[in-house]
Amino acid sequence: MQRHFADYIFRSYRKRKAINALMCGLLVLAATLAIFPLFSVFGYVVAQGYSALNWEFFTAVPKPVGEIGGGMANALLGTCTLVALASLIGIPWGVSVALYLSEYGGKQGRGRFAGVVRFSADMLSSIPSIIVGLFVYALVVITMRRFSAVAGGLALGILMIPTVCRTTEELLRMIPEHIREAGLALGLPRWKVILWIILKGSRGPITTGIMLSIARVSGETAPLLFTAFNNRFWQSGLDQPIASLPVQIYTYAISPYDDWHRQAWAGALLLVMLVFAMNLLTRVVFNSGGNSKKQGGN
Amino acid sequence: MRFKLNRKKREVHLGDRVFAFILKVPSVALVLLLVSIAYYLFRNALPVIHKQGWSFVTTSVWDPVNDVYGALPVVYGTVVSSFIAILISTPLSVGVALFLTEIAPTRVGRVVGFLVEMLAAIPSVVYGLWGIFVLAPWLRTTVEPFLAKTMGFLPFFQGAPYGVGMLAAGIILAIMITPTISSISREIFNAIPRVQREAALALGSTRWEMMRLSVLQSARRGIIGAVILGLGRALGETMAVTMLIGNRHEVSASLFAPGSTMASIIANEYAEATSDVHVAALVEVGLLLFAVTFVINSLARLFISRGFRWGAPSNSPGGAK
Repeated sequence: MQRHFADYIFRSYRKRKAINALMCGLLVLAATLAIFPLFSVFGYVVAQGYSALNWEFFTAVPKPVGEIGGGMANALLGTCTLVALASLIGIPWGVSVALYLSEYGGKQGRGRFAGVVRFSADMLSSIPSIIVGLFVYALVVITMRRFSAVAGGLALGILMIPTVCRTTEELLRMIPEHIREAGLALGLPRWKVILWIILKGSRGPITTGIMLSIARVSGETAPLLFTAFNNRFWQSGLDQPIASLPVQIYTYAISPYDDWHRQAWAGALLLVMLVFAMNLLTRVVFNSGGNSKKQGGN
Repeated sequence: MRFKLNRKKREVHLGDRVFAFILKVPSVALVLLLVSIAYYLFRNALPVIHKQGWSFVTTSVWDPVNDVYGALPVVYGTVVSSFIAILISTPLSVGVALFLTEIAPTRVGRVVGFLVEMLAAIPSVVYGLWGIFVLAPWLRTTVEPFLAKTMGFLPFFQGAPYGVGMLAAGIILAIMITPTISSISREIFNAIPRVQREAALALGSTRWEMMRLSVLQSARRGIIGAVILGLGRALGETMAVTMLIGNRHEVSASLFAPGSTMASIIANEYAEATSDVHVAALVEVGLLLFAVTFVINSLARLFISRGFRWGAPSNSPGGAK
């Protein structure tokens, strides 16, 4: 490092100043460039989507190919159904794993088995979501011999586990040790301390974290392609193929019809609004909760 | 001190034992879930593994009609599109992270940081939609003709500008992995102690020299980890790539040409695959993808947890964010 320094010192001061200004300028440029796509995506989605949002979009099912009009009502309901199914699987599973890791995971949650569990959760969150689709296909679709809402819900539920688990665990870790000790000192058994003090006390932030992961999972497309498949009509049962907003957007986007493109933009607008609202909400809750994790915001 | 289940030394309340068991079951199940994903993929890929062996990854004919499957073009497409993404995204993301930690005033940093995080929150299918109707036409009419004119002597920039193709996929991937790389780089930069920076400034270095000497130097390992993690995301990204890469099963040197990736071929063909061998072939592509992302992400974890030389390593470096 000293040799590096000598290089700098023997350069002329003016040159060093110039390089400094240039590099700082480039860094600002990098930041601008990086967020530019966000504005572009957001702008187009709002501009194109807003004009296509109307009453029919929310209430009608798709018209037959070639006819103008129709909406995505079935896909909206389908996404709600799928997300509800996913929540049934992902939330209890994720929260209980998080509880296990933070409360029984050994010192600082660094026990050996806790390490294995955390590694699995990390890997599960980083493998491509389409792989989860393949797995659920093998597990459910082949057994039931058809695409179904249950299969789609399961795929999304599996994808929810690691996100729910991570956010919950991080929140539980922020609870100071003396709160647990206070509960124990009152003679409460641990399970009561965990359920009635730890979990109940951090209910709000955990709920927000969960909502964020719901928002994230409701935009997932890849794992639904061959589990929930698609359906141009109202859903007829949980063991039947079901439409969903992201899959419908995908189908419409790659179709050759202008009217479908328009509806795809409208669907995208809904998805983006959902995700943005959830993220903003999380931000507000976490910042006002007084437990901001790092200085300078996160 | 956390609660320990030490049955030998203390008598444990029955309710506690039951509760601990109830919590342990899902944790064990989570590990089993990961194992069974690998197992199912392997088992369902067996027909093709038996039938074709290594030729599956070394040949490039993909012919479902005659049940001949060569995955070389999709492997090539995956590698090339991810490589383009890394090439674009690395300087950009590190720049963003430096901007946020070293230059930006707190308030600006907070807003910009939030916006960069929002990039990660936009669903992949929305990126795909935007890519088809905004990015691809722009590439076709402006960028690709320009590249062909200025650097057309290189084999990468030859051929007709389609818009959709390898370049479009690479660019959309670059946008999508920028938040991943920059948020981890940023955490690593934040973990570097203030005094390290002050030392450089006190010796008379300019701000940029300070960044180079005391931030980038010491964060090198962590940055490599962040980039590997971004690579892992890029390899497995499905929807946006499927919508933008053009889906042609060919190896072509030109970046303008359409191609396909491991994830995109699964998304495209799986629901319509009829013969068992075709399904098995797609599952084997999935198995390869699983194995590759598994290794890449483990590697990234290693780099990142060692990248925090100061400050405590965070519990979960491999964020999905």
